[in-house]
Amino acid sequence: MSNHIQTTHISNKGEHTMTKPHHYSRRRTIGAFIAVGAALTTSGVVSSVASASGVDEFTVAVVMPSAANDLAFSQSMIDSLDRLKEDGSIDDFVYSENMFVVEDAATAIRSYAEEGYDLVVAHGSQYGGSLQEIAPDFPGTAFAWGTASDTFGLDNVSGYTAASDQGGYVMGAMAALMAEDGSIGIIGPIEVGDAKLYVDGFAAGAVSASPDIEVGINYTESFSDTALAAEAATSFVDGGATVLSGTAQMVVGAVGVAQERGVLWFGTQSNQTELAPDVVVASQVYHWEVVLSELIAGVKAGALGGSSYDINLGNGGLVIENNPDYEIPEDVQAAADDLIAQLSSGDLVTGVAQGGEAEDSTAASEPEGTESEGTESEGTESDETEPTGTEAAETTAAADTTEA
Amino acid sequence: MSEFFTISVIVATVAAGVRLATPYLFAALGETLGQRSGVLNLGVDGVMLLGAFFAYWVALEHRNLWFAFLAGAAVGLVMGAVYAVVTLVFKAEQGISGIGVYLFGLGFSELLYRQQVGTPRPARSLPDVRIPLLGRIPKVGDMFFNHSLVVYVAIALVPIAALVINHTRFGLNVRAVGETPEAADSMGVSVNGTRTATILLANMLAGVGGAALALELGTFQQNLTNGIGFIAVALVYFGSWRPAGVLAGSLLYGLLTATVNQFKTLGIVTGGTASLATAAPALLTIVALVVIARRRAEQPAALTLPFVRGG
Repeated sequence: MSNHIQTTHISNKGEHTMTKPHHYSRRRTIGAFIAVGAALTTSGVVSSVASASGVDEFTVAVVMPSAANDLAFSQSMIDSLDRLKEDGSIDDFVYSENMFVVEDAATAIRSYAEEGYDLVVAHGSQYGGSLQEIAPDFPGTAFAWGTASDTFGLDNVSGYTAASDQGGYVMGAMAALMAEDGSIGIIGPIEVGDAKLYVDGFAAGAVSASPDIEVGINYTESFSDTALAAEAATSFVDGGATVLSGTAQMVVGAVGVAQERGVLWFGTQSNQTELAPDVVVASQVYHWEVVLSELIAGVKAGALGGSSYDINLGNGGLVIENNPDYEIPEDVQAAADDLIAQLSSGDLVTGVAQGGEAEDSTAASEPEGTESEGTESEGTESDETEPTGTEAAETTAAADTTEA
Repeated sequence: MSEFFTISVIVATVAAGVRLATPYLFAALGETLGQRSGVLNLGVDGVMLLGAFFAYWVALEHRNLWFAFLAGAAVGLVMGAVYAVVTLVFKAEQGISGIGVYLFGLGFSELLYRQQVGTPRPARSLPDVRIPLLGRIPKVGDMFFNHSLVVYVAIALVPIAALVINHTRFGLNVRAVGETPEAADSMGVSVNGTRTATILLANMLAGVGGAALALELGTFQQNLTNGIGFIAVALVYFGSWRPAGVLAGSLLYGLLTATVNQFKTLGIVTGGTASLATAAPALLTIVALVVIARRRAEQPAALTLPFVRGG
């Protein structure tokens, strides 16, 4: 089994001296407390790569909504950039974490562009509106935005998405086969983006493996409410669930419940084995480097953007990583391997569509390609509850048209 | 999975409601005491976050949950001392300085978490303790008498707080400095001394509330409280500055949150309806405050007013 547990913690006291968080002031100062608080928040963690404008080096800057080590969405990008740095595709990268306030993220994106980074990654679909404004001001800088497949028609913006329904489908099937007589509970943040894809994929996979299994879905309506995620998990277990899964950074609370109550857990985005080594069966891990290396090769060749990319099981951007200490029954592993092969080759599709209901896999919709060219935004991936600027604009425009 | 009105589901929901009410109750009881003495503290949530972080950190490093609680209480006391200086010595505007405390707690707890812990790591969480005899009553035992110790402590604090406020000399002083500080002062009651005591107690309870939350979950995350401290301030108004009223408000809030969560788990509400239902507890707060607005007479007359002798 692939055992690719990433435990790289890039913190201010970490081993990666060049790669440090790069914080911008996140709150306005209201009185002495806040000044002190802000000073504390930024002290010791501000650093920048001196050679950002170096002629020969390829440097990347990334802005992300949650902590760089959240064992979820943000960490998946940091781990991927680490791997790119290891294989020499990039020389270095810097990041700004916890940018849940979009205006602050916009400031960071603009600053990075001004500082001359070769690629500026806006890792959060809520940053789309900002990027649309900033990117035209820096025609010589390459920008990437995800999870989203919209490039705003700008030739220096790339989009990237994750077909998280595929790994969800595989693990949902595994869950159903391992649930014994119990039911399955899935905890999501907000019903959008790759969170929705994952949840729907998981449910579809479970039903495909065991048509009569009960699958419950609870969206907490928050990317950050750890207590509510734990409560959702508790109510599932009280109701007879023996397998749980969930997506986004607030599931840490739910994993704790799984560990305490002894029910199985399937993770996504990053490898979550270390959160609960006894009950985590497997995690779907995002390997953004698969598409980023392609994207970066394009930038190096002079193509600053215009395309959108998709990680999936087929191109190796999505990898199901098993917990090495959890013994998965052979028949379950065989079924999972079979599904991975079928989904990779395109012989099987999850039947899950963005914005649609989970369908049975036999009611196939369009197959998933490795490169998507859609213009629809992928939804949000952070504490933001509002749709992205472009989504909102599109929705409004559509509504206006209808009314007119 | 679609039936809410079954005994087991209702028992689980009520139990969850009681559990969820606990952090609110600690924080709101403390804030009640503070407000009865005329001090508003909007920084409750920040103090809770600090209490939560330190309790989690101690639980992670030392595994002793009692020390973890003491850490939460201690950090609350420290924040209380700071707030007392800011509001009583420097007579800063309470609303604004409270927001400062909140932002400080939010930023500082996050910074410490990142520095000292980094990635999410599970700590020990509080075990449930079934109370002898009462815990064996069918259904009722599961709902009310099979919780972690902090839940019982929080509920026990309600009559204690009521007793202190209404039937002790200290409580009399608290009420006096909250209503007519000039009169209290002329009777020889130390206004700022009394307020210092209530501020310390209130912040300590906020720290304990944060600790209760973190130790119940066995984890910490950035902004773990998600605004519990602000709701707690609202629950003080909801409860008309009385501990029993605060208990009722906390339980109502907890039960409503638990019920909405259960509805979603059971698939009774889905999609847009679920999103709306999630907002129900917040709507309750607003409705409550509208209702309370008509009972303003019960608000401590000197709330938010700094005391200046002869002023």
